[in-house]
Amino acid sequence: MNRIDQLFQTKKKNILSIYFPAGYPHLNDTNSTLELLQKKGVDLVEIGIPFSDPLADGPVIQTAAKRALDNGMSLKLLFQQLENARGNIAMPLILMGYWNTVYKYGVDHFLADCRKSGVDGVILPDLPVEEYEEDYKAKFELAGIYNILLVTPQTTRERLMQIEKSAKGFLYMVSSLATTGGILHYDSKREEYFKKVSQLDIPSLIGFGIHNKESFQHASRFANGAIIGTAFIKALQAGNSEKFLNGLR
Amino acid sequence: MTTNYFKTYPDEKGYFGNFGGSFIPDELIKEMNNINDAYYSISKSHEFISELRSIRKHFQGRPTPVYYCNRLSNKYGGRIYLKREDLNHTGAHKLNHCMGEALLAKYMGKKKLIAETGAGQHGVALATAAAYFGLECEIHMGEVDIAKEHPNVIRMQILGAKVVPVSHGLKTLKEAVDSAFQAYLQDPINTIYCIGSVVGPHPFPMMVREFQRVVGIEARDQYQEMTGELPDNIVACVGGGSNAIGLFSAFLDDNECKLHGVEPAGRSLNKGEHAATLSLGKPGVIHGFKCYLLQNEQGEPDPVHSVASGLDYPGVGPEHSMLKDLNKVEYHSITDKECIDAFYELSRSEGIIPALESAHAVAYALKLAKANPKQSILVNLSGRGDKDIDFVVDEYGLPGSSK
Ligand SMILES: Cc1ncc(COP(=O)(O)O)c(C=O)c1O
Repeated sequence: MNRIDQLFQTKKKNILSIYFPAGYPHLNDTNSTLELLQKKGVDLVEIGIPFSDPLADGPVIQTAAKRALDNGMSLKLLFQQLENARGNIAMPLILMGYWNTVYKYGVDHFLADCRKSGVDGVILPDLPVEEYEEDYKAKFELAGIYNILLVTPQTTRERLMQIEKSAKGFLYMVSSLATTGGILHYDSKREEYFKKVSQLDIPSLIGFGIHNKESFQHASRFANGAIIGTAFIKALQAGNSEKFLNGLR
Repeated sequence: MTTNYFKTYPDEKGYFGNFGGSFIPDELIKEMNNINDAYYSISKSHEFISELRSIRKHFQGRPTPVYYCNRLSNKYGGRIYLKREDLNHTGAHKLNHCMGEALLAKYMGKKKLIAETGAGQHGVALATAAAYFGLECEIHMGEVDIAKEHPNVIRMQILGAKVVPVSHGLKTLKEAVDSAFQAYLQDPINTIYCIGSVVGPHPFPMMVREFQRVVGIEARDQYQEMTGELPDNIVACVGGGSNAIGLFSAFLDDNECKLHGVEPAGRSLNKGEHAATLSLGKPGVIHGFKCYLLQNEQGEPDPVHSVASGLDYPGVGPEHSMLKDLNKVEYHSITDKECIDAFYELSRSEGIIPALESAHAVAYALKLAKANPKQSILVNLSGRGDKDIDFVVDEYGLPGSSK
């Protein structure tokens, strides 16, 4: 069974997912960061494949991606790092990146390497569900790699139903902010949107704008858990990632 | 091609053959669909068409003339004609799509126009359109281009636009697009991204083409009226490809007309020194669409260079990508040095200072004229060079000086 399904079957609430860019702050930090996350009881990890023009990311993640690229990080190297890591790491692993990286790598090659290195899913924010269904869905399903789909407050009901049909694992519920790294505000409209999505048959996590224990717990009331990215990267940068994780639970 | 060309390409998903489409985060999809629907309903209305026609005539000063270059033709051979988009209001073809996009934005009830700019021509044109319609305007521009194209920065500010400096990466056009996209994502409901060329996700490449077709429609008639025939060769520079598509689109059915797109070869065709996307790129996805793309084996866009800021982009319009594969247009490249020579040549032979972007097209036309002295050539002189004069003289000196 895919590790993502395993997680959502055994745990329904307060699922903590952490995002960090591969090869950041130093090229070989990917594995030590994974070990730290596992030690601290993080449930799910999203590893960013650095790209120079990340349309959905704010300045903090952009800058981190740039640093990782300058460090020499690449998708190929990431697969090598992960192959070494999987022995000690039991958490589900998801790669997050932009479509051109995967397209250029070759979709078949990419899926084969995901399997080999123990990757469970991917998040590709600029691959719309229509393109995915038409050209790639069958391949992903054959490989057993989950394509985690995003929904946003802009997603219409019609589209939400289409997304639900193709979705695997869980839905990534974008809180509201257009790019990563802002602060999330709640109002009745937003809560209505969260409720609409969480009533679907598939689990969901809230991401974008979650930055500390309080915002994590608050978001978790509306979904199975939440995703923290920018705030964790800031902690990595400041060298206090362990303390940051301790403060979340 | 058939008369159905414009209905066939793009298809309803925004594809020009294998290129184009819409590779964008989900939060933009609904808004892109809204823009697409608005485009089809509003821009085909009688009211919209007559308002845009009136703007073209009274505000932009269209039609722009076609001009025969007497001295240049005598010197190089051939018969060289220019479509004078430098005489379009604001000094470049960019205003053609900006007025169209801004008019659509007004009908849609948008409050603010956002865009990137390279040379500053698109930024100035959009700031002008915003002032005309009373809309807010925010232009993202790389710091390198801000320094190089200073007069255009001042023009945008005088027109009331906010110029946002972009300081990441190479600080040029690609980064300006990144930055403008992100600003747009913050509020896609009240703002509209008026992209500067026939690039970006569907429906932009189609919309910008439709608003630029006026160039080709005018030029074909004017040329025929002047000469009683059609030109043997049609030449335009290609950054994203808007001025080129504007002109080419009227001649796609005329098999006797050869179409030439001219890309920047920069300092050389070595990686990082040029932006000759169609000559050396491979299919990829950037800024929400599929096209030929200069990229490394990891799919990272390559660094690019051109003396012309408006051509300095690692991607290219999806329609050009298709026209290349269909062998409908030939794509060539011109170096920085050839561009500068043509810049001075046109200035001194005809009294027309061309934009550095347009000087690429002129440079290629001069080569064609020399090689084919019996043929006629229609060049899109996409813009005037006032914005470039300080840069050219500082970097290259005047002809014959020792710089
Ligand atoms: C005068 C002029 N010509 C051409 C271009 C290149 O754009 P496109 O290829 O879209 O016509 C620019 C862009 O800034 C420009 O200012």
